[in-house]
Amino acid sequence: MIAEQVNINLPEGSIEKKTTRLNLGPTHPATHGVFQNILEMDGERIIKAESTVGYIHRAFEKLAERRPLYQITTLTDRLNYCSAPLNNMGWHLTCEKLLGVKTPKRVDYLRVIIMELSRISDHLICNSIVGVDTGAYTGFLYVMQYRELIYEIYEEVCGSRLTTNMGRIGGFERNFNDTAFRKIEKFLEEFPKVWKEFENLFNRNRIFIERTVGTGAISAERALNYGFTGPNLRAAGVDYDVRVHSPYSSYEDFDFIIPVGKTGDNYDRFMVRNEEIWQSLSIIRQAYEKVQAFKGAEADVYHADSPEYYLPAKADVYTKMEALIYHFKIVMGETDIPAGEVYNCIEGGNGELGFYLISDGGRSPFRLHFRRPCFIYYQAYPEIIKDTMLSDAVVTLSSLNLIAGEMDA
Amino acid sequence: MARPVRFNLIEKSSADRGINQVQLPEGHMGEGFFATSLDKVVGLARKNSMWPLPFATSCCGIEFMATMGSHYDLSRFGSERVGFSPRQCDLLMVMGTIAKKMGPVLRQVYLQMAEPRWVMAVGACASSGGIFDTYSVLQGIDQIIPVDVYVPGCPPRPEAIIDGVLKIQDLVQDESLRRRNGDQYKALLEGYGIQ
Amino acid sequence: MSITHDFIKEKLNNQFGDKILAWEESYGMLAATVQHDHNLKVLTFLHDEPTLGFQFLTDITGVHYPDRNGEELAVVYHVHNLKENVRLRVKIFVPIEKPDVFTATGLYSGANWMERETYDFFGVNFIGHPDLRRVLNVDEMDYFPLRKEYPLEDQTRIDKDDEMFGR
Repeated sequence: MIAEQVNINLPEGSIEKKTTRLNLGPTHPATHGVFQNILEMDGERIIKAESTVGYIHRAFEKLAERRPLYQITTLTDRLNYCSAPLNNMGWHLTCEKLLGVKTPKRVDYLRVIIMELSRISDHLICNSIVGVDTGAYTGFLYVMQYRELIYEIYEEVCGSRLTTNMGRIGGFERNFNDTAFRKIEKFLEEFPKVWKEFENLFNRNRIFIERTVGTGAISAERALNYGFTGPNLRAAGVDYDVRVHSPYSSYEDFDFIIPVGKTGDNYDRFMVRNEEIWQSLSIIRQAYEKVQAFKGAEADVYHADSPEYYLPAKADVYTKMEALIYHFKIVMGETDIPAGEVYNCIEGGNGELGFYLISDGGRSPFRLHFRRPCFIYYQAYPEIIKDTMLSDAVVTLSSLNLIAGEMDA
Repeated sequence: MARPVRFNLIEKSSADRGINQVQLPEGHMGEGFFATSLDKVVGLARKNSMWPLPFATSCCGIEFMATMGSHYDLSRFGSERVGFSPRQCDLLMVMGTIAKKMGPVLRQVYLQMAEPRWVMAVGACASSGGIFDTYSVLQGIDQIIPVDVYVPGCPPRPEAIIDGVLKIQDLVQDESLRRRNGDQYKALLEGYGIQ
Repeated sequence: MSITHDFIKEKLNNQFGDKILAWEESYGMLAATVQHDHNLKVLTFLHDEPTLGFQFLTDITGVHYPDRNGEELAVVYHVHNLKENVRLRVKIFVPIEKPDVFTATGLYSGANWMERETYDFFGVNFIGHPDLRRVLNVDEMDYFPLRKEYPLEDQTRIDKDDEMFGR
């Protein structure tokens, strides 16, 4: 028997029709990070939201004025910590632009492999957390296993799992060994099947579609006005990808497509990230083949030939005079760093990650500013969740892929 | 992190090398029953069913997610159910940098927890401020709440986090039932301004 | 590709004349230094003019130059023309005693928090901003930390031994 629907009209200002204030506070269930929203709600619907950030402000920009250029890599790790190597590579590319260092092709291809692996690892967390927020915890646990495999690849290359500090200005600190290549092959073999299963769980799942289609939508004009980039903008329909617009690290040698959505709602963002993982897998495969095509002496190249900025090998430092002098100059900070300003951006895990570096010729930057995409997305959040339900607001929050470390810096 | 030297103190037969057997507490064993003192039973029960509250702020939170995953399973030690409500949890795991803006929030969460409660500072930032010796970062959460176990690392490996949980379990097992009412504990809380 | 650096220089010089104080080109990006009370007019012109079309605001940030007397604080805007893939940097300088700058929030909604961050770090007062208060630091902070005269570390620590840390 279907119940009768009765409309109760409460008079304005009467005690039953008041808005409540709900604090979607800084302590979220562990996955998202620390940001706060004060919501004014009419029952279950959100009328107004006010966001506060800064709960993990660690003063990266001030710290960077104290450190020489090669030590700032550790700070960039902790920006978007789900895809730390991407930020590291972006910083190295910025320094190379400032210093005028040109990296050889093999280094570029190795960098592409690492950057795409970290993009996959970032999108894995984001999409599986969207699943968790709609109630599907299984996808998250299943996919975390493959993040462990990515972590093992990072460990082979640089020694650390999460805050990788990977690479140097001019290349990598050591060549990728056989184990790293075997692990990359294993990843390329096993992950597509797993990802297909994950997609089967979510893409045409009725419950998931009803939770995510139509919620958290943002139009392309509003997104552009706010300064959105990355998957959030591509889901709204604008095909802007820094890898294609201003290719860096030899991205122009690769063949990939940019997935674009239509309405910019949660489902489109989820699908854009899904498809980007497939594209990243294809790029890694192409890069892997290109790297394997280098034979002989070329296969040992893992850094640029610029002794003024790249530390020489220790054996040379102890035996040759020039290497000793270069080592001393680099470590003591006496290298000639040109004065000037450079703005370099890469396609980070979450959008255009920009580094605005003003150098005055000294060993540490005069001013370093990170253009952080998550900071820019979060200002649009009150507008996106206006007039939606609270549960939709939670799913929107996780589908925007807001990482607190990048937001506050 | 565990240093290998600790394991030399336990005599193991060659068959058991590498395997730590959990010892029964002292007591009287009979047919179908085992009698021991109350605090040992309570200690055993408490330590094997700790409900952690992951207060994850930054990068260490991602390592915690990896610890809870199936590769480095934390739930085999009893911490299956992570809760996000402080009123229902025993162990506050603070993972990540705590900024000065976040300090009052952390203190509020700690005050909402019911006794007995334990605190674990995971990572260098929670233990002492880490690499962020800046104007906006709290240099260690022990400035505002009492901490039981510190796990160093940036971020600590999942094995290290599990080691920290095991150390908390050791503390829980051996804790006297009257500790929370005693003078020393009260003086500790007074030192932090907590009633 | 019709937007070259010379084209941009010509259009802006024709429109604003002597309000554009300097041009420089560094690492492939053109930078215009504009007189500080004309920042909004220049940005609006760059946005609305159909042949220029710089309709994407990438970033707003501030810089403190303690050595330039009379214009210590700089506010730097990065704008981007997505269709033609051209970037431009617009800089304005304001004195530290009276750091008043017109807000760009009416033109770009994204400028809201970026300007709050610049206010939080440097103390630049954006006139007309809907909600100018601190965004990243604690609200009770009474100084602007990224100015060069303030140190990085928290000065109220008593447990750190400066001799051991080489300071």
